[in-house]
Formats: sequence, structure tokens, C-alpha cells
Amino acid sequence: MLETLLISLFIFVLACFVGFEVISKVPQMLHTPLMSGSNAISGITIVGAILVGGTGDWELNTILGLVAVVFAMINVVGGFLVTDRMLDMFKKKPGTEK
Amino acid sequence: MTAANLIEIAYLVASVLFILGLKRMSSPATARRGMNYAALGMLVAIAAAILDHKVTTYRWLLVVLVAGSAVGAYMARTVKMTAMPQMVALLNGFGGLASALVGWAEHDRLLFEGLPVPADVATTIVLSLLIGAVTFTGSVVAWAKLQEVMTGKPITFTGQKPLSALVFAAVAAAGIAVVVDPLAPAAAGLLVAVLVVSAVLGVLLVIPIGGADMPVVISLLNSYSGLAAAMTGFVLQNHLLIVSGALVGASGIILTQIMCKAMNRSLANVLFGAFGATTQAASGKSAAGLTVRSITPEDAAVQLAYASSVIVVPGYGMAVAQAQHAVREMAELIEKRGGEVRYAIHPVAGRMPGHMNVLLAEANVPYDKLLEMDQINDDFQNTDVAIVIGANDVVNPAARTDRSSPIYGMPILNVDQARSIIVLKRSMNPGFAGIENELFYDPKTSMLFGDAKTSITKVVQELKNV
Repeated sequence: MLETLLISLFIFVLACFVGFEVISKVPQMLHTPLMSGSNAISGITIVGAILVGGTGDWELNTILGLVAVVFAMINVVGGFLVTDRMLDMFKKKPGTEK
Repeated sequence: MTAANLIEIAYLVASVLFILGLKRMSSPATARRGMNYAALGMLVAIAAAILDHKVTTYRWLLVVLVAGSAVGAYMARTVKMTAMPQMVALLNGFGGLASALVGWAEHDRLLFEGLPVPADVATTIVLSLLIGAVTFTGSVVAWAKLQEVMTGKPITFTGQKPLSALVFAAVAAAGIAVVVDPLAPAAAGLLVAVLVVSAVLGVLLVIPIGGADMPVVISLLNSYSGLAAAMTGFVLQNHLLIVSGALVGASGIILTQIMCKAMNRSLANVLFGAFGATTQAASGKSAAGLTVRSITPEDAAVQLAYASSVIVVPGYGMAVAQAQHAVREMAELIEKRGGEVRYAIHPVAGRMPGHMNVLLAEANVPYDKLLEMDQINDDFQNTDVAIVIGANDVVNPAARTDRSSPIYGMPILNVDQARSIIVLKRSMNPGFAGIENELFYDPKTSMLFGDAKTSITKVVQELKNV
């Protein structure tokens, strides 16, 4: 049991370092889309929500899972779409608007 | 190769796509494609989860997936760029809530199926509930403050900190009880207690924080939403959740650090300092006896028309007045007359990191004209006109000179070094930190009072006639 926890911890710590490394290169200009984009990525919890919400037991956990899917999906779809909308506006030269 | 192996590989692919996507955020030229990669990664992950053998009923799953997508799409399409901070706050909150619910559901499932709940799993379940619920209610409060549903001022009362500490102790006690005996009849109830009390804690933590400190809070909540997802990953032993959660957690922490540094304050000071709760009378220089010079839009237009270099310094006031389009129009007119216009963006201008950049990008200002503080600060001394639009504390020279000032030591834009300064301001009320700004009394400064959008629109009219 402890072994699986340690492997998970291992992955967590390394992923934190990757995160620090990658994110520290993002310019200040893009910090708002970075936040909404990373926010959408944190909606990955939807995977867990689908796995408990799709079991078809119709116990409390199924209901909780399905409710979690709704919120996570708002997070994912809303986050990615609004990020795309923002990034679409960042242009080098004026007058190239849609 | 089994189906389970394939699903694991799909999760790995999704992790890689997320990392590549974030990597491409290092430049505006590649950022959009990068986020498409990340979205693709999410699609792969969701598809893999649906194909998991544990998932047996699809109808309701489809209903909730479509419902969530519709709400999310609606929000993303209709939100105004000026309202982006509250939108991000709310989405953070939803992510946190989803993680908390998954943690709770997993405990319920283990109980229902009569499976053992080892101490490490129980611990991460409690943590996912704690972090998820704090993220949810904290974000909702942040949203309410930004949306002005409730006051943006810090809400403080006597005994607030001891109360927060007590509430945290209650969460810890209930949490430990669950970990000690996760299968006890009371465990399910205790877990709900953890959820509810954590929700109260989230409210208590965010209400004492003022509007101007929101960039820090939103960054921190961003980090929490990632950590909550990572905790859920520990619960489910799902490496994709752990990796993605860690990435977002790291991202939020970096942004939090940058924001704190830009205000020269520690995170503890932002969270527990209740900055701006009382009007600071500590400032050494009082406004008494000093006069401000007020000018008309015509005067401002003449000054700008004959300037060969202009730096625009936007602040939250520009966002409130929705003045970004008028500002771009003004800049174009100045450029047409041969003047150079650039924009100086302070890291904490606005209500979230990068807020001003998004607004100016929306107004079609090319991004290579938006300069960070370090890039442009030495240029102010060679600039004819610095025009400050709804910014206050980030241009207050007291941060450099006045040791008694609460913002002393905060890095500021060197607006006071410009040859002349125009400050657009609604009235003479001090900024959010409640501090007097001696820049306004500088003999080089002219004040243009009124709503920023109305004022700039008038300046634009006058510029056309000069």
C-alpha cells in the first residue's frame, strides 16, 4: 500500500518540477490566458468523476460523481474556450482582426 | 495488450499534451496552438475514462457531459474581457468543487463495496475534500467581490483569526478521526463535516482580503484547484490526475510569488494583513496645503498631439470604465502625427495577473507595444508625456521615498520621471490601499478628472481637430 503511495508521490514531485520549469518561462503578458488555461487543465478531475459517476450503481457515489462531472465539464469547456478567445486577440500587428 | 493498458497509455499521451501545451505558452505566437494541444489532451483523457470498464451506464453520463459543456461554452462566449478575473475565479471554484465531490464519492464507493480503506487513501480523501471545498467557497467569495455582489473592501471582525484557527482545528480533528477509522459508522458523517467546515474555512480565508489584493488570491486559488485535482489523483491512484494537478499547482504558486513580489509583500501579509481595511493616516506627507492642477480634455489633447513619445500606464480604472478601445483610438491618432506610443504594464495592475494585457489585446493593441515594468522603467525620463489611466498605487513615488508608507518598497513604474504627466482619475479619492499619492501634486502633473472613457473620448475628438 505504502509502495503505491510512494510511486504517486514520486510522480507528483517530479511533475511539480516540470511545472515550475515550464511555467516560469511564460511572459507576464500571457498570465491571464495561462491562468484560465491551466485552470481548464485542473478540470482533469473529470476523469475521476466519470469513473465514479458511470458505474450505474445508483448509490450516493454515482450521484456525487455525476454532479462532479457537470462542474468539472463547465471548468474544462469554459476554461479552454475562454482561453482560446483571449489568445485569438493577441496579435503582433493591428488590423489583422478576424 | 489489455484495454486497461491502452487506457493508461492514453493518459500518458494526455499528460504529454498538457506539458507541451503549457510549454508553448512561452510566446504569444505559439500559445494558441499550445492550448489546442492541451484541449486535445483533455479530449483524449475524457474518451479514455469513458471507455474504462468501470463505466457501464452512458445515458446519464452523456446528459451531464452535454449540460456541463453547454454551461461552460455559454459562459466563455458571453463573458466580457473586463470580467475575466471573476470568470477565472468561478471556474477555479468549480474545479475545486468537482475534486471534493470525487473524493467524497470515492469514500462512499469503497464503503458501499465493502473494500478496505487504507490510511493513505483516507488521508488523501480528506485532503481532497479540504482543499476542494476551500477552493470552491474561497473562489465564490472572490467572484462575489470582483462582481461587486458584495463589498470589495476587506471584511474584518474581532476574533477573526482565532475563529479561522478554530475552524481549521475542527477540520483537522474530523479529518484525523476519518483517517483513524475510515470504516466506522460515523466516518461518512465525519467526512461530510470535513466538507462543510472546510467550506466555512474558505469563506473566512477570503473575506478579509481587499479588492486590490485579488491578483494574489486568484493565483493562489488557481494553485489550490490544481492541488485538489492532484489529491483526487492520489485517492484514485491515477497518475494523469497527479501530473496535471501538479502542473497547475506549480503554475498557481509561481503566479502567486510574482504577484507578492510585485507588491513587496509576503504571502502571509496578503492573506492575513487585511490591507486597506483602515484608511492609513501613517503617510508622512499629508495632502494639506498642496494643490492639484486640473486640466480640460482640450489641454490634454494639445499636450499629446505635440509629444514625440508617450507612455500609457493603464490600471484597474481603465477596466472599470471599459476605456481600452478609446485608448487605442487615442494612441493611433498620436501615432498618425508622428508620436511614439507605448504601454507600461505593472504586474499587479488590474485584478488578476495579465489583466491589462488582455484588455488592450481585445482593443487590438499589438502586443509588442505592451512592455513590462523592467523593460520600460528606464525610458520614462526620456518620455514627453506619461498618461496614467485609472492607476494609482503602482505609480506612487511614496513606494520609493516614504518609509512610513504602507507600500514602501513596492516596485513602481517611474512615471514621475517623465517630462510631463497626465493623470486620468474619477476624483481625488485615494486608491484602494487608501494612501495619498504625491504624484498628483507634482508640478509636472496635470489631472484630468472624470470617467476615463468619457475623458479619453473627448481627448480623441480634440486630437482630430488639433
